[in-house]
Order: sequence, then C-alpha cells, then structure tokens
Amino acid sequence: MRLAAAASIALLSFSAAAKDTVRIAFVGPLTGGNSAIGLGGRNSADLAVRLRNGDAKAKYQYDLVVLDDECKPDAGVQVATKAGSDRGVVGGVTHYCSVVAMATVDTYHRFGLPVIVWGAVLPDITYANDFKEIHRVNGTMINQNQTNAKFMAEHGFKKVAVIHDTTDYGKGHNKYFTQFFQKEGGQILSTFGVTADQQDFTAELTQIKAQNPEALYFGGLTPIGVRIRAQMDKLGLKTQFDGTSGIVNDDFIKALGPLAEGALAFREGAPAEKLPGGKQFLADYQKQGYSNPPEAYGPFAYAAAVLLMDAIEKTGPDRKKIIAELKNVKDRDSIVGKITFDDHGQNTVPAITRYVVQDGKWVTWEDSEYAAGKRKLPTGK
Amino acid sequence: MSVDVVAQYVMNGAMLGMMYALVAVGFTLFFGVLDIIQFSHGDVVTVGAFAGLAAWTLLTASGVTSAGVLLLAVTGAAAAVTALLGVGVARFIVLPVKSAPQLNVLLVTLMGGTVLRECLRLFYPGGSQPKLFPALLPTSGWTFGRFFLRFDNVILLVSGALLIAGTHLLITRTRLGLAIRAVAQDEETARTMGIDFRRVVLVTFALGSALAAFAGVMDGLYYNEVFFGMGLLLGVIGFAAAILGGLGNMYGAIVGGFLFAALQTVGAVALPFASAYKDVFAFAVVIVLMAIRPTGLIGERASERV
Repeated sequence: MRLAAAASIALLSFSAAAKDTVRIAFVGPLTGGNSAIGLGGRNSADLAVRLRNGDAKAKYQYDLVVLDDECKPDAGVQVATKAGSDRGVVGGVTHYCSVVAMATVDTYHRFGLPVIVWGAVLPDITYANDFKEIHRVNGTMINQNQTNAKFMAEHGFKKVAVIHDTTDYGKGHNKYFTQFFQKEGGQILSTFGVTADQQDFTAELTQIKAQNPEALYFGGLTPIGVRIRAQMDKLGLKTQFDGTSGIVNDDFIKALGPLAEGALAFREGAPAEKLPGGKQFLADYQKQGYSNPPEAYGPFAYAAAVLLMDAIEKTGPDRKKIIAELKNVKDRDSIVGKITFDDHGQNTVPAITRYVVQDGKWVTWEDSEYAAGKRKLPTGK
Repeated sequence: MSVDVVAQYVMNGAMLGMMYALVAVGFTLFFGVLDIIQFSHGDVVTVGAFAGLAAWTLLTASGVTSAGVLLLAVTGAAAAVTALLGVGVARFIVLPVKSAPQLNVLLVTLMGGTVLRECLRLFYPGGSQPKLFPALLPTSGWTFGRFFLRFDNVILLVSGALLIAGTHLLITRTRLGLAIRAVAQDEETARTMGIDFRRVVLVTFALGSALAAFAGVMDGLYYNEVFFGMGLLLGVIGFAAAILGGLGNMYGAIVGGFLFAALQTVGAVALPFASAYKDVFAFAVVIVLMAIRPTGLIGERASERV
C-alpha cells in the first residue's frame, strides 16, 4: 500500500517534471451556512483536475488553488484579488453565492482574470456589465422562469395571479416570469409585491380569489411560500401553486404537510444522476473517496473546470488568449448538457429541472404520477 | 366590489383584529398596574404558540388522537407556560428595575424579548424554520358565493371575544379586579389599604401573558404555521394598538386592535400601489391619529385605567 503510494507520488512528480504546471483557482463558500454546497463544488473541480492530470495526452500539469469566499462579499473580494494579482493563476472556477459573485466581477475584470461561475443564479452577474472575463455555466432565474412560463402555458394555465416578495430576488422572478408568460400568450390577472416577512396574506388572496385565476405564481423563498399556500386553503382558493427554485427544499413540505401536494417549482441544474454524463461523474467522484457529496451544483463546478482546462490546453496558460478561446464555446458537450456562451459569457442552454410535490417529496416532473396522467393538477375551476 | 368579497375581507380583518386586541390588552394591563411597557410581550406570544406546539407533539407521540383533548392540552400548556413566564418577567426583570428610569425597563424587556426569541430559534428542535401547527378545529365551512366562512375561524373569533369579555368581568366585578384597579389608580394608597402590591403585579402579568398565549395559539391554529420571529411584528402592532386606543384603557386596546387590522386590510385592498405598503399605510395613519389624539382614541380622562 505504502509502496503503491510512494510509486504514485514518484509518478506524479515525474509527470510534473515533464510538463509545465498551470495553476487555476477554485472559489466557493467552504465555511459557514453554505459550506456543504461549496465543499461539493470544490471536490468536483478537484476531481476534474485529477482526471486531467491522469490523462497522458494533457499538455500541462494542473494545480487547483482553493480559496474560501465564505459566501460573504467582503471575503469574496479579498480572495478574488488574491487570485487576480497572482500572475501564476490563469483562470478560475468561481462562486456559488450571488451576492459574492456580483461583488467580485469588477475585481476579475480589473485583473483580466478569466472566470467561470459555477453556481450563482442572479442574472446581473453576467448581464449587468460587459465584462469579457466573466462566464457562467449554470442557468439564471431568467432561464428558470422561461421554462416555468412555457410549462404553465403548455399545461393549460392561461390566467395567473402573481405574488412576489419585494427583494431583488422576488422582483427578478416576477419580471422574468411575467415577460415570458405573456410571450407564451398567458395573462397576468394581478401582481402583488409583499414584504419578505409578511404573515397575513388573506387580503391579497381574497382579491386573487375574486379574479378566479387558474394558477398562482409565487416568486420568493420558503417561509412566506408556506404561509401563502396554507392561507389559500383557509380561503378555499383551490388553484395551482406555482413556485420557483426558492421553495425547492424539504422545509417547504415539512411545514405544509399534505397541503404541499401538487405544488410546482423549477430549479437550475439537475440531480447529478439525471445529467447526460452524471453516472460517470458520480462513479468517478465515488472513487476519489471525498467525505462530502457533490451536492446540486458539483457537476457545474466540474463542467466549468473542464471547460477552463480545455481552453488552456488549446491556447496555453495566457489569460488573454484563454478569454478569447472561451468566447468560442458553442454546443460544447459537458456533463451538464451542451454549453454555449452568449455575448455576455452566459450559458444559454442550461439544464432546468421541473419539480412537483408528490407524496411529501419533490419529484422531477418526468418521473411523477402527474406527468404519467395518474394524478391531476388542480386547475382553479 | 360585491357583498361576498366584502364579507370575506371583514372576516379576514376580524381575525387579525382579535389577535391584535388580545396582545394589546396585555400591554394595557401591564401599563395600568406598573406604568411600564413590557416590550417582550410579543415574544411571550411566540412562546405561547410554541408551548402549545410542544404539548401537541408530546401528546401525539404518546398516542393521543382526540382533537378535543389535544386542543385543551395545547391551550392549557400555552396558558400555563406563558403565565409562569409572565410572572418570571415581572419578578426577575421588571420589578427589580421598577424604581430605575423608565428607559431601563424598556431596555431590559426589549432585551428579554430577544433572549426569548433566540432561545426558541436555537433550542426548539428545528426552531429556525417555520413549523407546522396542527389544525385541531373542524376545517369545514359554508360557502356564500366567493365568501368561504370557516367553522374554525368562527370558533376562534367567538372564544377570543369570550376571553376578552371574561377578562373585563374579572377586572370590573371581582375582588382581584378591584385590587388591580386600585393599584393602577394609586399604588401608595392601595398599599396602605392593605393590598399586596407585589401579588397584584404578578397576577396581572400572569393574566396578560395568558391572554397573549391565546393570541399565539389562535395565530397557530389560524395560519397553521408558527415561527420564532412571529411575535416581533405582532408585539409592535399590539403596542401600537394599545397606544392608539389609549394606553391603560381596555376598551381602547380592543378598539385599537380592530382599527389597526381594518387599516391593514384597507391598505392591501383599496390602495392602488403594491400591497407591500399596507403596513406603511397602517402605521402612517396611526402616526397621524396620534398627532390628532395624543392620549389615544379613548383618552384616560374618559374612563378609568384598566
């Protein structure tokens, strides 16, 4: 055993001697409340690097520089500056938290460091500026709501009332859902902005009930989502509940009990086993014996690292050339599906998963009894 | 707007108003006997709801299924725990600083409330997330057009009204009530008449806090959800309602509670802009009313304290 380890170390140092070493950064929340997802992302990026280093055809030996942004903007800017000012680091796989990703785009732009965001969903990260350094493999709430609007229209929900919280998050959801739903020919009967800690929604819901919508779209997070769904029942409002990624968690179901049944929601990404290369990814991940699972966004971190190393293989370890090369990413196969970057470096064909609550669990729509026709969604009539 | 929709609004508003009134009566009682504002009162409401939830969890785990027994246990546990808590707050937080400046009482009760809230969040299992509160009352109801009148709402409303009426009778018709009113009117004279001041204060805090427990349980049964921070806004609104009606006056607290609920409903329904502003609207109107009637709608001169 020890001999084998020594041999592999010798082998590694041999290949390291033969090839130039290139350093790339991974940045994510490794401590704090979101650390589970951050560690999953780090392990996945690490897996991509290890597999590449094991590949005899690779031109370079890669070294992953792991940095912790703590899901805090100030810490994020610090580590972004650290990575950017280190000329040895030629690219990065960066950030899960939207606030941090948003805070650091200027830093990467200033240092000309090409980065690929692996988890943050706020559209502005790629779209608010014209920074050619910033890319993103995962989808945004724009894509999520496009899928949502299309799904609702296809399933015969034409008249929808909207409740959203008045944070940037809720307002963004409302904006994009309304835009896409109207494009699909749907009608928004009314829109209510509510505070993120509101308790009583009976006044809003009474108004909504009087309009007789076929569905209620909710753009916000679990706590008020739970209240709205519960109070719909109190007022006898039997209409489809349509949520966003903000409610896809066990707490939503736990707090509602049987009332959660049939609720819809949409989320960027997909369970790893559902992704095109997911089975292989999970098997490789297992082999490395990491102590944490890859979590929902691990495959995206993996895909981002692969994409970055592919670009380096092609152009060499030069930041400017890598940026130019990433611009050409089109219909590239990856474990999260095809990747195409638009002018803003945003992947335009990201995976969005549709979920429905069935028997106290979030089930992907395709696997649900609702899709199979065994159960029916309420239509509000 | 048709009659059925208006009826629904009135019912929604009445439920809110009853909860606010129950909280406001507590504020008014405490102010009456001690001239203090008990700022952790809102969190006592939360503790009541969680005590009820805990009783329900324990009983269902040990196999009790009868809704009636559970309801009694939930209400009983909530009232008992908060009454004790109220006594504790009075005995260990309020009375020791009674002779200190008013600001100190305000500060210690405010901090006491934060301690209660954070303790629930940290120590109640899964306390940082909203918790499902069981529906123990019949959920059936009557439909009149678009008005859905639920049986449980009627029960809650009626029992809330009975509770307030009972409190009123207790204060106006019993010896204990006489003692409370005496202390409220003049502490020194009451003492010289042989009234045990300390006991009266403790009993008043137990009473006011038990009313808050009912507001908490009512909140839980109505929304089927409780969470650790629910008492924060409820406390502020209850306080505003008590002030609006005229602090120290029980009728004032009730009027203030229902008025605030009406303002919120009007704010959400009738105003052209986003309903997110309904609290802004309601509190703004309260500010205006306070400017017009600084001593509250039913001022102290119009009737005796408590």
